[in-house]
Amino acid sequence: MTSLIDPSDTSTPSRGRTYRDHQRPLWQRVLLSRDVAVWAALVVVYLYASATVPFFDRPITITYLLLDVAPILLIALPMTLVIITGEIDLSVASTVALASVSFGVLYDKGTPVVLAAVAALLVGVVCGAFNGFLVTVVGLPSLAVTIGTLALYRGIAVGLLGTTAVTDFPEAWTDWARGRIGESDIPSIMIVFAVLAVLFIVLLHFTAFGRGIFAIGLNEGAARFSGIRVERTKLVLFMLTGVVSAMAGIYYTLRYGSARGDNANGMELQVIAAVLLGGVSIFGGRGALPGVIAGVLLIGAIGSALRLADQTADVINIVTGLLLVVSVVGSSVLGWIGSRRRRGAPEPNSTTPQADPDGPVSNREREDR
Amino acid sequence: MTTQTTRRRGLARFVPAVAAVLGMSLVLAACGGSDDEGNGGGGGDDVSVTFLPKNLGNPYFETSSKGGKAAVEEFEGTFKEVGPSEATPDSQVSYINTLTQQGTGAIAISANDPEAIGDALQEARDAGTKVVTFDSDTKPEYRDLFVNQADAKGIASKQVELIAKAIGDQGKIAILSASANATNQNEWIKLMEEDLKANHPKIQLVETVYGDDDDQTSFDKTAALLQKHPDLKGIVSPTTVGIAAAARYLSDSQYKGKVQLTGLGTPDQMREYVKNGTVGSFALWNPEDLGYLTAFAAKALVDGDIKGEEGDTFEAGKLGEYTVGADGVVLLGDPLEFNKDNIDDFQF
Repeated sequence: MTSLIDPSDTSTPSRGRTYRDHQRPLWQRVLLSRDVAVWAALVVVYLYASATVPFFDRPITITYLLLDVAPILLIALPMTLVIITGEIDLSVASTVALASVSFGVLYDKGTPVVLAAVAALLVGVVCGAFNGFLVTVVGLPSLAVTIGTLALYRGIAVGLLGTTAVTDFPEAWTDWARGRIGESDIPSIMIVFAVLAVLFIVLLHFTAFGRGIFAIGLNEGAARFSGIRVERTKLVLFMLTGVVSAMAGIYYTLRYGSARGDNANGMELQVIAAVLLGGVSIFGGRGALPGVIAGVLLIGAIGSALRLADQTADVINIVTGLLLVVSVVGSSVLGWIGSRRRRGAPEPNSTTPQADPDGPVSNREREDR
Repeated sequence: MTTQTTRRRGLARFVPAVAAVLGMSLVLAACGGSDDEGNGGGGGDDVSVTFLPKNLGNPYFETSSKGGKAAVEEFEGTFKEVGPSEATPDSQVSYINTLTQQGTGAIAISANDPEAIGDALQEARDAGTKVVTFDSDTKPEYRDLFVNQADAKGIASKQVELIAKAIGDQGKIAILSASANATNQNEWIKLMEEDLKANHPKIQLVETVYGDDDDQTSFDKTAALLQKHPDLKGIVSPTTVGIAAAARYLSDSQYKGKVQLTGLGTPDQMREYVKNGTVGSFALWNPEDLGYLTAFAAKALVDGDIKGEEGDTFEAGKLGEYTVGADGVVLLGDPLEFNKDNIDDFQF
């Protein structure tokens, strides 16, 4: 990221709004964003599938869809923040399993269900803190650390329960996890998700802490010199990821009524795929939560539509994979084309730099696209 | 100038989105070819039976679905097979939900977890779909019938009998199982342990390892077993994936013929190893018959001929008449022993 910053930026500090995302009028910023593109894709897929795939237009589709993607929706929130700092957490699904198993084992041993849930959340915090410790204090790359803890947490989870599964959770709890809000088609878990989504959106987009997250992702060194506590921020984010994963683990356990060591196997990749599809850059520094939420729903809706159209799981994987590749490659290729096009005719800008405050900034922007 | 750059930038920003949307609708258009409304369960005499195996791409379930398809064609119903790519309960739930929405007549499912898919199955039944489990059961309250390939005791004692015969009733053996949570395998292993203790005191079971029904994992676990226990006399693998991987390892190693292998396998996968002397004999029920019987059981339920209660009887085509036992279980029959004399009579 460092190489992308145009040194001439410093010469035009006070012309208009140089903070790139705030240069254009509000309506343009809102309507022409990657987030809106993902939401538009979601709406198109939904309408198209409703028109062509039998049974897709029933309200029950939405219920099942939301129930299925709920754990991914939950984990995608903190994961977005982690990826924006330029880190990654591959251990989330294993944390889900470890929390699920801890919850199940404690409940099985006679612990009240609320205490078991709190303990499972603590397990999540510890898992996240351990990741965060290795990344920030020991200074290892998060990719390596969390590949390790992916195996470690999963191993502990399978080891704790062995060949058994804990079932028979209190019905009031499992009914809630599978239930809907009143008479509507929206699953109850969406209340939890909505609360968390609001909290995370505020945290990321409307607080100094959130701006620090973007700053770290764009340029960690610069962020550090501007007084952002990089290590602490990352540690907090890994812990948040841990605790939300544990929450997803408890939900998962209750929804399926079964605590097993192999719960949520492979979910980390679904979460990361959805986050990237939602417009978050894997290199950090870029992304927004509304797009991520749409990304999760988009992948879920495509899977649901293809299943109803009697397509096999392989087709669903191929389509989701292609979509991800197209969205990542597509935006880089178009960005590259854009930069070539502008590089071909830079004269007006360079001859009258003062007349166009957008010039240097747009140079930087096109590189990011 | 400013407006021009802005417009270009806006365009560049929007093009990927448009491209993504277009690409996606193309893909969907290609896939959504079948616009005809699915024929629901209530479609006259046409019985629709959907097979939902643990996962797709598993030769065992391909064979059982083949039998199911043959049966459905015989009674002129509608056959369909769907399933996840990985054998996990949560992915199976998505498929059950989908089938509930489509209103299929009956679901024939091999359960990845006895509890986790229960709620989804219950919803399907509330919507009028009949549920028959085969191969791997759920708790009895979640399904109408369970078609059992052979009772666990029969399977366990058959495998103990085969390994005892192969190693001369004494020495160290190990078990290479499927995943650590596999309902069937765990039950069989427990019964095998009891049988060994009671009737074969000179056979010592030293370890049970889990190959997760994955070819490479099972292969690696076999290698590890043989390194860890150099004096191992035999391996029992009560899973078709495991026994094939173990046979492949043994047949290329110094242990070929010295370490005996038996368990549950399919003739097609094991033919080579039976013929080259790696494996003396192994056992299995006929999965094709299992699928066939399951489809007929589903039809009998959909038609209302049986309710899944003990004592109900129904006709299953070429297999003859079957009676529903306690807990709504229909038993296919005893497992079959395959060896070099009869293996060429079977193609699955």
